[in-house]
Amino acid sequence: MSAPARVEMRGITKRFGPVVALQSVDFSVQPGEVVGLVGDNGAGKSTLMKILTGVYRPDAGEIRFEGRQVHFSSPLDSRRLGIEMVYQDLGLAENLDTVANLFLGRELTRPVWLWRLLDEPAMERRAAEHLEALRVELPSLRLAVERLSGGQRQAVAIARATAFAAKLVIMDEPTASLAVAEAGKVLELIRRLRDQSVSVVLISHRLQDVLEVSDRVVVLNRGRVAGVLPGHSARMEDVVALIVGGAA
Amino acid sequence: MVGRAAPGLGWDRVRAALARMDLLLVVLLMMAVLTALQPQFFLTRENLTNVARQIASNAVLALGQLLVVVTAGIDLSVGSVMGLCMTVLALATKAGWPALASLAAAVALGAGVGAANGLALTRLHLPHPFIATLATLNVARGATYLLSGGVPISGLSPEVRWLGSADLTVFPGTPLATAIPISFLVVVALYGVGTVFLRRTPTGRHLYALGGNPRAAQYAGIDTARLLVLVYVLCGALAGVAGVLLAGRVNSAYPTAGIGAELDSIAAVIIGGASFFGGRGTPGGVFLGAVIMGLLRNGLNLMNVSVFWQQVFIGLIILLAVYVDVLRRRAAQVES
Repeated sequence: MSAPARVEMRGITKRFGPVVALQSVDFSVQPGEVVGLVGDNGAGKSTLMKILTGVYRPDAGEIRFEGRQVHFSSPLDSRRLGIEMVYQDLGLAENLDTVANLFLGRELTRPVWLWRLLDEPAMERRAAEHLEALRVELPSLRLAVERLSGGQRQAVAIARATAFAAKLVIMDEPTASLAVAEAGKVLELIRRLRDQSVSVVLISHRLQDVLEVSDRVVVLNRGRVAGVLPGHSARMEDVVALIVGGAA
Repeated sequence: MVGRAAPGLGWDRVRAALARMDLLLVVLLMMAVLTALQPQFFLTRENLTNVARQIASNAVLALGQLLVVVTAGIDLSVGSVMGLCMTVLALATKAGWPALASLAAAVALGAGVGAANGLALTRLHLPHPFIATLATLNVARGATYLLSGGVPISGLSPEVRWLGSADLTVFPGTPLATAIPISFLVVVALYGVGTVFLRRTPTGRHLYALGGNPRAAQYAGIDTARLLVLVYVLCGALAGVAGVLLAGRVNSAYPTAGIGAELDSIAAVIIGGASFFGGRGTPGGVFLGAVIMGLLRNGLNLMNVSVFWQQVFIGLIILLAVYVDVLRRRAAQVES
């Protein structure tokens, strides 16, 4: 038998009052696979991902992580297993530097008398190693994040999500606000994560980005899976047809 | 390139260091001007000792206020809490409590009012700390009048008077002999601890993150409600300490003590370079902010300028300090 999927969601249904947001959706990601998740606004992309990260609980269906059935009651549960989310707003403290942001909430400390003080040299060293491995280039690790460009901030947010043995990273519109050259760098970064056998779910409206980097593209349409296409050989028209399919 | 210094970084460091020095330069400039204007009075040891003693309670209030302002909050209640803590300290002393117990009661009361502020914000979900602390400003002041009957209570314990008005003489018996107020040493110690807490501990780092971007703090799994309650508790406790120092200095708990002191503490925080939008400001800067206010008052006193004019000048300094900060930030943005 082959290795289990990194994440397998089966028959996921979620209702908000009378509204059915998701109707028996199957969704899986293999180790080191990049899956594009596309669909119109309200198709259920973010609801599905909020279930995967433990923000919402599904009304029906099951989630398996590396073959084991899991129940998430909060985002902390999913993070403990190595599921990380890069939000569209990045969630960086812009007044703090890159090192501080990478380790925010998980700071390295050393005991000094009765205090546990920040171990800045150790954090800086590990941050540099991690960014080196992702080949992210920044003018300085000690510059406040607000002084970095949009693409550099995105890279910091992705580096932050992957700094602690992440196994699956969900990215919400990582290229939406970037210039073409900077978006290209983010896509490169996604490929590099895949090479390190990190799984990536890419939510994006920029279909050319999705097709360029994804191994598979899952199209949601009004809460159902409208189709699954191979990323590299799929044609844009087919994806668009599935996204708008059934619309009046 | 990660790990390698970018070109110009050395110069950047120098400039950043200079930017941090500017408050110190202002202090030195003020001292030079005051020395020139009042050569026979200003630079005497007696006068400097006096200034150090006078700024103590505002400096302690401002340290607590900084903790709150870093989280993008504000604590309007510190002046009233200081007054209330002084009255309780005096009443406890009158009732025969041991000095240490009455000190602890005053500081614990401050912390308790701070906890009320923090819980009103996080549990009752009052929309802005301005409102919760405006409420406690009034409650604490009213309680002060009720407890004291509206009259000053004099006669504090020798320990409290020692804290507020005694001096430690360094190099005694030599020409360098200088009296350093105990209250000023308390201030320096508190700012030392405050600096380590804010700049060197994970909790301090989380406070800056919370002030810079609350959502980032939440995403990082930081318990922001607990953190907010903590800063208001610490701010209240420091208001208690400030009350002890003031009561010790004047050997009295008067019911109007600390009226308007919250605004002085906010002024010191702002002059010291903290941002009202949160996430910015250091204890070192705020300390210099309190020193600048103290020197200004002292200088104007020496020159017989009326207290009404002093208030005008403090107002202008606040305006100037914030405008310089705006200019500096704009310059930084153009640069990047």
